[in-house]
Amino acid sequence: MEEHTKAKKYGMVIDLDKCTGCGACMAACMAENNVPFKKDESNKLDSITWMRVYKLTNGKKFPEAEICYIPRPCMHCEGDHGHAPCVSVCPAVATDYSHETGIVSQIYTRCFGCRYCMAACPYHARYFNWWDPVWPDGMEKYLSPNVSPRMRGVVEKCSFCFHRYQLAMNKAYVEGHRELKEDEYQTSCTQACPAGAIIFGDLNNPGHAVCQIAKPDHKHGGRPMNPNAFRLLERLGTNPKVYYLSSRRWVRRAGDNYIKDEGKQGNH
Amino acid sequence: MKVCRRSFLSLIIGGAAGTALSPLPLKLMDDSSIWTQMWPWTPVPEDGEVSHVDSICTLCPGGCGITVRKVRSMIGDRAIKIEGMKGHPVNDGGICVLGLSGLQLLYGPTRVKTPLKRAGARGEGRWEKISWDEAIAEVVKKLGELREKGKSHTVACISGTDSGTTAHLLGRFLTVYGSPNFIRIPSIQDSYELTTYLMQGVQASVGFDVENSDFVLSFGSGLIEGWGSPVRMIKANSMWKERGKVVQIESRLSNTAAKADKWVAINPGTEAALALGIANVIIQESLYHNDFVNNYSSGFEEFKQIVLNEFSPDDVSEITGVSASTIESLAKSFAGASKPLAVCGRGQGETPGSLNEFMAVHALNALVGNINKKGGVCAVPYPDYIKWPEVEMDRTAANGMHKGRIDGAGSKKYPDTRYLLDRLPDAINSGEKYPIEALFVAGANPVYTIPDTKAVKEAFNRVPFVVSFSSYMDETAENADLILPNHVFLERYEDVPTPVGLQKPIIGLSKPVVKPQFNTKHLGDVILLMAKSFGGRIAEAFPWDSYEACLKKTLGNKWDGLVNNGFWADSNFRPAAWEGAFNTPSGKFEFVNKGRAESIKIEGDEQAYPLILMPYDSMRLASGFIGAPPFAIKTVEDTALKGKDIVVEINPKTTRGFVEGGYAILSTPKGQAKVRVHYFDGIMPGIVAIPRGLGHTAYDEYLADKGINFNELIGPVEDPVSGLNAAWGIRAKLIRA
Repeated sequence: MEEHTKAKKYGMVIDLDKCTGCGACMAACMAENNVPFKKDESNKLDSITWMRVYKLTNGKKFPEAEICYIPRPCMHCEGDHGHAPCVSVCPAVATDYSHETGIVSQIYTRCFGCRYCMAACPYHARYFNWWDPVWPDGMEKYLSPNVSPRMRGVVEKCSFCFHRYQLAMNKAYVEGHRELKEDEYQTSCTQACPAGAIIFGDLNNPGHAVCQIAKPDHKHGGRPMNPNAFRLLERLGTNPKVYYLSSRRWVRRAGDNYIKDEGKQGNH
Repeated sequence: MKVCRRSFLSLIIGGAAGTALSPLPLKLMDDSSIWTQMWPWTPVPEDGEVSHVDSICTLCPGGCGITVRKVRSMIGDRAIKIEGMKGHPVNDGGICVLGLSGLQLLYGPTRVKTPLKRAGARGEGRWEKISWDEAIAEVVKKLGELREKGKSHTVACISGTDSGTTAHLLGRFLTVYGSPNFIRIPSIQDSYELTTYLMQGVQASVGFDVENSDFVLSFGSGLIEGWGSPVRMIKANSMWKERGKVVQIESRLSNTAAKADKWVAINPGTEAALALGIANVIIQESLYHNDFVNNYSSGFEEFKQIVLNEFSPDDVSEITGVSASTIESLAKSFAGASKPLAVCGRGQGETPGSLNEFMAVHALNALVGNINKKGGVCAVPYPDYIKWPEVEMDRTAANGMHKGRIDGAGSKKYPDTRYLLDRLPDAINSGEKYPIEALFVAGANPVYTIPDTKAVKEAFNRVPFVVSFSSYMDETAENADLILPNHVFLERYEDVPTPVGLQKPIIGLSKPVVKPQFNTKHLGDVILLMAKSFGGRIAEAFPWDSYEACLKKTLGNKWDGLVNNGFWADSNFRPAAWEGAFNTPSGKFEFVNKGRAESIKIEGDEQAYPLILMPYDSMRLASGFIGAPPFAIKTVEDTALKGKDIVVEINPKTTRGFVEGGYAILSTPKGQAKVRVHYFDGIMPGIVAIPRGLGHTAYDEYLADKGINFNELIGPVEDPVSGLNAAWGIRAKLIRA
């Protein structure tokens, strides 16, 4: 019987001061995870992008206008003890919260396409396959055997490159150690980001950069203790595992909804 | 029982109605949908042993190291992912959208799979498949005829680069054949090289020690939008976030401006004046580097007079729209920084730009003494590993080489400029010198990338014999007579000398990752075969059996290291010390240059065209000779491309007459296009910004026929000193459609 290893809580910190909006994370994700493409991808509602970079503006006039890019993977919400919004509504247990890794899974063969999870996800991180994927003649050659291409009628989303976790664990097992080192498991977007804006690791491990930077307060639903860090829609209580950093207050405030004139100081 | 008509009809109709009302049709529909879902619609990628190959990406001049993951399978090795190479001096693990999409180019539908000969009219798209022997014989026959008639100089070759062995082979072939018309694709590299030549007297590529600079003053350069070596610049930008400052001078809130510590909105086209205004303050307040200016420069007094008389902060403020106090504070923080660096060349740097502006900006670097210094601008000598014996020309070749270049580079008017591709269409169309009888295009897509597409196409139509070496069916290949497809970068060996903008000489080696997928041939081998067919002096100039042999021999003792590490870096390289750095007549850095030109006036009448159209670059859209692959197109925002429509940006203050996302007609003196309008507060009123890299007519359905190519709306504007294209925009008009 294998003894239990310490529970991980894999998460991400994205430094929005460094993010240049270049889009490498999006392409890295598509290339890693066999994400298909259609002739027209300009309707962003049906354009499958597990990782999507949004553009924020501060709403001011020229030349006071500012923009900021914000990459949005799946937040892998923990909610309250694993009750992520999508997990709670799935009637097929096609999506589940892993207490071992903190990753919200998506099992395509179980999903029957009711799309409740899409309605429940406050981050628009889930996408529905309206069509079967089609690769032009010959292009199927680059498909990775590590991630199965999805069929029409199922929902898909960012998995924090879970197959990389599996491969790393296999390797670790063969090498005779059980705990993964920080660099043994990294997502494709983290690896590709030319700006080094994305950091990935175990939020439970004080030795990992994500934990040191975001300083999650595990007693209070993982709230960041770093004053420049914030999470998207923090007040919904989804307890996401993706933290953002920004030195600009308007950016941090854009991460949540406020009623007019509420808390001029912001929540940080 | 008798079957009458009535009972028969009753049965049929009743049966049909009964069946329709029964659950049967639904059941059948349900069954068939379940059944069809069981069909193997989605591919099951074959698993196998995984391996990795280190190589160099050559999709842009950035020269990033890549690591390609492969899987062994029944059909041979499959490349499944391109990743950034850890530890490579340029990108250290990082990679861009285009690099990540490289496999879509390798396995994509746009590949030219075999040599093709035109069967229909030019550009009609009807091709006949021919063998390599036929293709090479065809080219040799045509070239032989021209040479016999003493017309060898009427052959021209457009190349994406002039460095590396393949480009050298191409250049060598042209020389020994007898044509002076080897033309490199234009970029800011031309302007920078010329600036260094005129002010420092050296022929070198220009390197920027961006990693060590702590104050970057950028005159419109898209530092994180593809300027220089894109991934390296984005990495440097992250460093500056921790220990450095960036000031972006630009009339649009580009990503670079958005990420900079300070964005200075400037009237477009007045950057040179601002640079001289900053110089004014630096000189006025004696903030310049005394040692450099006094001991290693000449012409400073003259420069000082011009700058003090004509470029006071108030005057400059009037021209540029930047307040005098801003100019003063910029000057003080620039001169006060420990390692300041001023750079220019707009956007990704595809338009060479005004030489006046480059010199003004370079003068700023000289004033603070950061030439050939840590964190500054360095003249990086061209790598000298290609040491082939001088070619011996026969008389025909010598005669051909004696004729002046078709593009006017090196002529009396533009003596110091090396290549002037933007002048080529006009030179061909006007017939001012001599007609071009044969044109070769390698690693370039001039029909798409050169301004004034109409004129370029007309020029192509005047050339009776066009040969493309493109791996992809791009616009130029479509308009060629013969296509001799090269391997793509993942199928071939290629040496990649110093990436653009790097401050130290390195050589990268691009390696075959997978076997050639189609019936293509390495351009180097094609040149060797052509030379052999000619025989005589031409064949003698190429004493190698194959390109690979040539490359191995050329790289000599560097070869093994390159194969193992993927790159070779000269760790001992130091930029020349000031004492010996300048090869000008005075032996010093020269402040005053030949002929200070007026600022560049863009095309178009202000009355008829009240707005200014400017292009903008994005990391998500490839605008060079490679078209954006499907992954890249997918990342493009819907504020740049919506359906098949290109979206332009305007400030709400310019006009409120449009609906957000609504249609408009954009016209310039060169052409017009139907566009959609996006209101953006980050752009100066009076300017229309349009994304570059769209409007392809060639390539696959994911890219073709989407939006418009900016080059169809603009023409080149000649810089009076260099002859290079300095058009930073064009006057335009936008009316509701």
